[in-house]
Amino acid sequence: MTGIYKRELRSYFYSMIGYVFIAFLTAFVGIYFMVYNLNMGYPYFSYALSGGLFILLIAIPVLTMKSFSEERRSKTDQLLLTAPVTLGQIVWGKYLAMVSIFAIPNLIFCLFPLMIKASGNAYFKVDYCAILAYFLLGCVYIAVGMFLSSLTESQIIAAISTFGVLLVLYLWNGLMDFLPSSAGGNLAGVLLLWSLLAFAVYQMTKNWILGAALEVLGAAAGAAVYFLRPSWLEGLLSDVMGKLSLSNGFNSVLNNHLLDFGSLFLGISAIALFVFLTIQIIQRRRWS
Amino acid sequence: MIEVRNLVKKYGSHLAVDHLSFVVEKGKIYGFLGPNGAGKSTTMNIMTGYLGATEGEVIVNGRNMLKEPEEAKKFIGYLPEIPPLYTDMTVKEYLVFAAELKKVKRTEIDSQVHQVMELVKLTDVQNRLIRNLSKGYRQRVGLAQAVLGFPEIIILDEPTVGLDPMQIIEIRQLIRELAKDHTIILSSHILAEVREVCDYIMIISRGKLVASDTPDHLERLMRGEETLELEVKGSRRQAEDILSQIPYVEEVKYEEQKDGMTNVYIQTAGHREIREQVFYGFAENHCPIYRMQISKATLEDVFLELTQDSGGDMQDVHAKEVSSAGEISENKEETDHDGDL
Repeated sequence: MTGIYKRELRSYFYSMIGYVFIAFLTAFVGIYFMVYNLNMGYPYFSYALSGGLFILLIAIPVLTMKSFSEERRSKTDQLLLTAPVTLGQIVWGKYLAMVSIFAIPNLIFCLFPLMIKASGNAYFKVDYCAILAYFLLGCVYIAVGMFLSSLTESQIIAAISTFGVLLVLYLWNGLMDFLPSSAGGNLAGVLLLWSLLAFAVYQMTKNWILGAALEVLGAAAGAAVYFLRPSWLEGLLSDVMGKLSLSNGFNSVLNNHLLDFGSLFLGISAIALFVFLTIQIIQRRRWS
Repeated sequence: MIEVRNLVKKYGSHLAVDHLSFVVEKGKIYGFLGPNGAGKSTTMNIMTGYLGATEGEVIVNGRNMLKEPEEAKKFIGYLPEIPPLYTDMTVKEYLVFAAELKKVKRTEIDSQVHQVMELVKLTDVQNRLIRNLSKGYRQRVGLAQAVLGFPEIIILDEPTVGLDPMQIIEIRQLIRELAKDHTIILSSHILAEVREVCDYIMIISRGKLVASDTPDHLERLMRGEETLELEVKGSRRQAEDILSQIPYVEEVKYEEQKDGMTNVYIQTAGHREIREQVFYGFAENHCPIYRMQISKATLEDVFLELTQDSGGDMQDVHAKEVSSAGEISENKEETDHDGDL
């Protein structure tokens, strides 16, 4: 794994992407820092970081787009997959290399609260928690980008689809407000999601009986709840999906100065899930 | 060493490898021979663990490629059809990376990379970016990568494609050099190459193993096709009369030419030696022989015979669909290629 990690890390600096990524992220957060903290005099660096959240949507796809798509296009995946290493080592090696690149600007961010301290009051606990939450959020985004990169041979498609997915994640809380609150609307939404799941199961197992059985069971359960306990369905979608909001962790540090362990756990689970999915996608391709 | 049992690989409804079984033994050079799209690369990709098989298994030194992939892969070095090179690295950096990947001991990496670079003559370009290397050098870097760690088995997928004749000769010498203490499996669609380099040939057609033997045995297998060719001055009837008196003549074909010459093609029962009788027979009848020779079946004939008439079922239609016009022109190139050597 260390071999892959080292090579991957170096490759970001052979191709300039690493330098550009670090400079871009530092410069943008630096601008927010200058405006909010230096010019307007807010003592919290977390405000400047919240401005930098949006930048991740552009910077992360650039970092992750080539991770697996380029290997496939240039057939170098043959070297990795025929070497005596496990698939897990390959994927984690690459993932950790990207996380390391992302860690560099985050380490630079750690200097900003010290600058605030130099000219007055600083709130270190809040600011460093905010940087931690920001870093974790970026790590989740990297896992998502890596997963999407493993689906395609084209870097461009990987970058654009990553941007699209990250944009949805960024706007998640706002989008939740548009979900229906009535029991009927929620039932429709739940059934739609359930159908997607059943279809995915069918796609993966190629067993239509299993897929159809899942679908029928889900529909029956949904209908039963709708007729017996309609109140359970009211606002269900926005409740459940609202809990999956990844940026909540950062926002709670920003707004309430609380480090929410639930959302840290959510972030780590999301990373594990997307790394796992990446491994599955590559494994599956060998058998198709 | 390697045992391949009942291997099947399906791409959708297309059968790329069709119940393939064979055993590879230590210390020989094996050649996979087959037309384009016969399933050579797919088989090699499955043997090295890059692809999974639909059915069947690959056992390397007692390790199952599916169940103990890390153990099994340690015994194999692989050069795929397109060398898997990171073009943004220098030759040396790349080889050091490959050595780490192959779990070469940390203390041995440096010396082994040097040794391999000497072996494939890459020392001069070790600090150049792979991106800037020519096709021949890239192929060598790929080969160096396969040799690193000195695995017991080295698998090379079309190692000489796209190289100039000089480079081809060098690569072949290298392969023979390596064969002294490694088992080598290489694939090719070039007959001359396989005949020259390999101890053992496996002919694959449409995913099936249609023949496997030493080059000499394969040629002998086709001895039934041996014919005696004559060019005589005289008419067809004269030749018929003369030959009717010679024993063991089984089947004769005649080809009359304009200037009073006749070509005669004779097949004898049990490949008897009848050249003397033929000579005196024609001489006594004042019918001069201008040319007489035995034409043996060559490996080309074996190859064509085995790869062309294996059934006209569904697969056949599919294969034609997949490889339409491109295939024909490519085949022409191949024969040209043979001529060069």
